[in-house]
Amino acid sequence: MEFIVLLKQVPDLAEELEIDADGTDLARDWLSYVTSEWDEYALEEALQLRDQAGGSVTCLALDTGSVDELLATCLARGADRVVKVGSFERQPASHVAAAAFAAALRDMPHHLVLTGVQAIDDLDGQVGPLVATLLDLPHVSVVTHIAVGPDGRTATVHQEYAGGVVAELEVDLPATLGVQTSRETPRYAPVSRVRQLMKTMEVGSVEVSADGGAGLVIEAMSVPEVSATAEMIAGSPDAIAERIAAILAERGIGKAAVR
Amino acid sequence: MQRELPVIKVDGVTELEHAVVEGVDISGHWNRMFTQRSITEYPTEAMDWITGLEGGESLRNCYQCGKCVPVCPVNHVGDYGPRKLNAKVIRGNRLIDDPDLWLCTTCGNCYRVCPKEVNPIQFMPAIREQAVLEGNIPDELSDVFRNLQRTGNPMGESPRKRADWIAGAGVEIPVISQLDRPVDVLWYVSDYTSYHPRGQDAARAMARVLTALGVDFAILGPEERSDGDSARLAGETGLFELLAEQNIKAFSRYEFKRLVVMDPHAYNAFRNRYPALGWEGEVLHYTQFLAPLVDGMRFLSRVELDVTYHDPCYLGRNNGEYDAPRRLLEAIPGIRLAEMPHNRANGYCCGGGGGGMWLDGTVAGHVSERLSERRVREAVATVGTDGTGVLSVACPYEPSRFEDAVKSTGNDGRLVVRDIIELLDQAMQPPAA
Repeated sequence: MEFIVLLKQVPDLAEELEIDADGTDLARDWLSYVTSEWDEYALEEALQLRDQAGGSVTCLALDTGSVDELLATCLARGADRVVKVGSFERQPASHVAAAAFAAALRDMPHHLVLTGVQAIDDLDGQVGPLVATLLDLPHVSVVTHIAVGPDGRTATVHQEYAGGVVAELEVDLPATLGVQTSRETPRYAPVSRVRQLMKTMEVGSVEVSADGGAGLVIEAMSVPEVSATAEMIAGSPDAIAERIAAILAERGIGKAAVR
Repeated sequence: MQRELPVIKVDGVTELEHAVVEGVDISGHWNRMFTQRSITEYPTEAMDWITGLEGGESLRNCYQCGKCVPVCPVNHVGDYGPRKLNAKVIRGNRLIDDPDLWLCTTCGNCYRVCPKEVNPIQFMPAIREQAVLEGNIPDELSDVFRNLQRTGNPMGESPRKRADWIAGAGVEIPVISQLDRPVDVLWYVSDYTSYHPRGQDAARAMARVLTALGVDFAILGPEERSDGDSARLAGETGLFELLAEQNIKAFSRYEFKRLVVMDPHAYNAFRNRYPALGWEGEVLHYTQFLAPLVDGMRFLSRVELDVTYHDPCYLGRNNGEYDAPRRLLEAIPGIRLAEMPHNRANGYCCGGGGGGMWLDGTVAGHVSERLSERRVREAVATVGTDGTGVLSVACPYEPSRFEDAVKSTGNDGRLVVRDIIELLDQAMQPPAA
């Protein structure tokens, strides 16, 4: 089985985010980047499935000039091949990204294409469905469990709904899946190995046109306004208890207990 | 000419019963061994594999004398001892999947007494590195490695907030990038001192003491990264090198005469590891820097407390500094210093070294109590009877570990934990009204 994982980098939230002077983007000079959390789940699932069913895992990332470490990390975790797709000045919007990935996949064997169901930088969640549409493949989003059928022609996947309900779906392969979580925490990629691979790894590349429609345009970006509705209760335990009791009394909760 | 002499015949070998060659007696003996000892009938693959690793060589030298067992702090609380590692390995266990791999704190007390110089401070990281490369790594530890990689500190706090503790120190603390001139002392603050609330107490105390002494100092601020030494000892050599590159880049950007560090693990890294990575300079633990300056300290308060001192493994045993911390404590008016039974070279490990700081969950299943708890009981027995007892420390790992242990052993109110710098700062302040 050929497993394909589509990955990208997102800003690292270890740093506080600031908005640039134009007010339409993050101030990127200060940002550091990490692999999108959901894409890491997708990779972990692909590695687990390959270890069960055999085959190979190929990781694809759009070449934004800074994805070498991401790709080395994929190899350090156990991916078989890594490929840079196209050439972009920065991470493009979903439509362009999906068109590039789909173009690359047309010449690449694929039975199961996995990607994170969404990413924190746009919360768009469209790359999976768009790639599926362009390649005419079935797609399932928000997948929490994947099992490949014994004949390798179908996969059984779970989707979790509100209220603790789980749907089990069968999908014909090849297919694309938007992964919500992996069965195990994504494995650690030792820095020792990543650094070694940065020097020695072979990275494939695929030329694609960077055209895929306009997608979304960000008109303005702002930090949510903070409203002062929270009251921090300080003081001795007795004083805190009294204040809590008073608040409950004010709202008519637990009157019997408060005298 | 064949001489007629008494001979011994064993296994087809014939030896003279009495023979002296050039004055040396090489007479044959009835009990000389002519066959291999049965020990080598064990599989040798695991031992060959470990001794083939860089740093793993000394494990083979163990001859099972067992001197290491009673001095191993983990042996006191569990079924573990360095000698047993060798016994496991000669039976074919590579230790990669063995819980024992994560129990050693690299405190070095076994190496101190080992007649064969078998050195876990070298072979443990070597085997752990292979475990890490094979993906065999406790989750709690890999979380910390991820944090160190992303943020340069084990807690995953923002690197830009590394110097936020400055607020509240009450004195000015220069950040070297804003000074634009050489300084005498570049003060490497370290991780827990920068981010942990109790570590920050020590940082602020240090800032006040340095200021009172008129020391020309500055800190790196947000440019500072973890020394990474404990990550290295836990098997992540690449991460250690990555952090070292970042620190060395920062060190090289500025002019300073010496580096003064709060953390013995940083001291160990900068002094013993950084030279091979391209940075060399004078490194002092803060107790070493301050001890010669005690005559210039103006003590305004008496500190009437019974104090004992916990030797950090990476300041004491592994780097040989026992006196400087004690000189500082003895200089503080009012302090009555008492030694615990395990002191100086035989100091008892707190359990935080070699990655132990981040392996409490993993270790918990294999020990009867934490090393820090056992150490706290020892401190309570030494100074903690009437409520004036202080366990003084000189490593930023300790306050959180020992304060937790004081609570978990039910000794709240009997013993407090103070960094030596906090006691110095207290004595240099006017008495509290």
